[in-house]
Amino acid sequence: MPTMTLAKAINAGLRDALAADEMVMLMGEDIGSLGGVYRVTEGLKAEFGEDRVVDSPLAESGIVGTSIGLSLRGYRPVGEIQFDGFVFPGFNQITTQLAKLHARSRGQLTVPVTIRIPYGGGIGSVEHHSESPEALFAHTAGLRILTPSNPHDGYWMTRQAIECEDPVILFEPKRRYWLKGEVDLEDPGTSADPFRAHIVREGSDATVVAYGPLVPVALAAAEAAAEDGRSVEVVDLRSLSPIDFETVTASVRKTGRLVVAHEAPTFGGLGGEIAARVSERAFLSLEAPVIRVGGFHMPYPVSKVEGQYLPDIDRILEALDRAFAY
Amino acid sequence: MAGELPTTEFDDIPEELLDELEALAHERTEGHVNMVQLLDEDGRFLNRSHFAERAASLSVDELRALYRDMAMIRRFDAEATALQRQGQLSLWVPVRGQEAAQIGSGRATLPQDYIFPTYREHGVALTRGVELGELLRQFRGVSNGGWDPKENNFHLYTLVLAAQVPHAVGYAMGLQRDASRAAAAGRELPEPAATIAYFGDGASSEGDVHESMVFAASFKAPVVFFCQNNQWAISVPTQVQSRIPLHNRAKGYGFPGLRVDGNDVLAVRAVTEWALERARSGKGPVLIEAYTYRQGAHTTADDPTKYRLTAEEESWLAKDPITRFEKFLRAEGHADEAFFAEVAAEAEALAAKSRRDVLAFEAPSLAAEMQNVYAERHPLVEEELAWHLEYEAGFADADAGADANADTDAAEGGR
Repeated sequence: MPTMTLAKAINAGLRDALAADEMVMLMGEDIGSLGGVYRVTEGLKAEFGEDRVVDSPLAESGIVGTSIGLSLRGYRPVGEIQFDGFVFPGFNQITTQLAKLHARSRGQLTVPVTIRIPYGGGIGSVEHHSESPEALFAHTAGLRILTPSNPHDGYWMTRQAIECEDPVILFEPKRRYWLKGEVDLEDPGTSADPFRAHIVREGSDATVVAYGPLVPVALAAAEAAAEDGRSVEVVDLRSLSPIDFETVTASVRKTGRLVVAHEAPTFGGLGGEIAARVSERAFLSLEAPVIRVGGFHMPYPVSKVEGQYLPDIDRILEALDRAFAY
Repeated sequence: MAGELPTTEFDDIPEELLDELEALAHERTEGHVNMVQLLDEDGRFLNRSHFAERAASLSVDELRALYRDMAMIRRFDAEATALQRQGQLSLWVPVRGQEAAQIGSGRATLPQDYIFPTYREHGVALTRGVELGELLRQFRGVSNGGWDPKENNFHLYTLVLAAQVPHAVGYAMGLQRDASRAAAAGRELPEPAATIAYFGDGASSEGDVHESMVFAASFKAPVVFFCQNNQWAISVPTQVQSRIPLHNRAKGYGFPGLRVDGNDVLAVRAVTEWALERARSGKGPVLIEAYTYRQGAHTTADDPTKYRLTAEEESWLAKDPITRFEKFLRAEGHADEAFFAEVAAEAEALAAKSRRDVLAFEAPSLAAEMQNVYAERHPLVEEELAWHLEYEAGFADADAGADANADTDAAEGGR
């Protein structure tokens, strides 16, 4: 089984998707000769040609809008948005058109478009390059949202997103692009259903739900909590729309405590949705209120202070302490 | 070294394109540079444009069909407006005054072309064979579409301004790819096809139109941008959207743009036919600005008397596309009284049928609507749908029980 970085795994996923289906094509800014600013599409133009790996004009609405048109003609376009904070010029096309065409046409039209968005902070970048806008899309019916936390999922979610008949947004945690791991290119194993959450560490005293860039942080926090004799279960959500509440709720029923961690601002974020659903479904199993750990209600801060903004091991441990105080 | 790099001065603009742009610049009508007109206001055929040949080659039956289409859509439009006034439609988007722009362009398309309308293209829909009554579903509130877009290659209406324009470009890029894949595989080439993106003068200000034109030009996509400049974006005149004639914008993107008298069905048909042939043959996009006038309100929700002058409306009524074409047909001896009476009777029948259709529409169930949110199964939708059905069933139980205190029962029957 090969070991590779998340970026290479997504690259391999794109390559295999291009090879498997001639209707698959990639489109985005600088994805051709340069291979993307994170080199995720490196080598693909050379291998498949400029008609399959298209350097687009610098126009996000154009990338999404023409991808919709191409999908109506039977193609399976994969559009790349260069950075999270630059998706907004394309927001209209994603939310009013891409998400709704299937419903508006009563199922007569399908728009199997994949939108790849590198997201999240922790790389010391300038403004608009470190944001987590996933809740804005999760709130829109008609879209599916996936986010891998490891190379194996990176490979398979790329393949699964492209094969899905619905539009899928693939949020790629950019600070984990260089994270290495084993990838089984033949067998997805437990990743066969992209919309199932994974229990990535078993525990009995509390559950931490995280996704994308924060999964390694949550695991490290669970490790640290174990030194204090607390057994913490970690759930990697993987799919943000739909959310696998069955797995989350089952875990909470077992542990009785829940902390949800994400980089996006806490207010109006997915953590609130998870807290509310778990309260409805497993209220009597809860020993403590659901506690959220996330960004503050402010624009993503300048990089010199992002360390204080981003949920880290200590912030998750503090949340666990509060949960255990009940 | 710099000399070897691609120049930014576009030294390689093909001579052919320059010639086309030059030829178009010599079309002049009524003080408009670059406006193609084949019929004057009195319906006299003007043989001064190089597009005249195309119009002259139309058979009498084809000419009569153009009139028939325009008359039918005007009557249908009047009926829909009346239906809205009577509370049977929540909104209507009248097309009165723009019949020539729509029928002329629609009749220039081939079945394999794909049309991306905005929300006013009732005339184009007619030319594509869409059952007109179906257009009313959206305005009746029983559908967000109403017809199968693939059946007539006529896309659903798009209410978000200009959002359909990049879709037309993407679809056109798909047509291009179909051809190149077939060539690469040694398969028979598909019939050449193009797309048309309809939008208005107001929508021309939207970024999506700009991005679309950039994509179309860069990839030489077979798309015709058909802008109906009806002079008013609700209450705001064209001058606020553009300080130069809209068709001039095309030159900045590197493809031909021209203005056509949008109230002259022969000119619109000829110009659109030329643009589509050009696109299908691989020469890239064209922008057509159909210079026309919305005689009525933007939608039944606004009141044009608040923002424009009667004198302006009257001056445009003199250019009415249907009256003008009727004069032409009569003067040329192509149609007599019996023909016009026959068309009027047919239009009455269409209006009556449309009214019957509207009143017979049944609203879909919310449950059915929920089932089409996603193409593949989705647990959240399934869960909410199950809850909704159970909740609704609770009311049914209460009704069946004939209990005076039905509200309480219904609440208990819910979650």
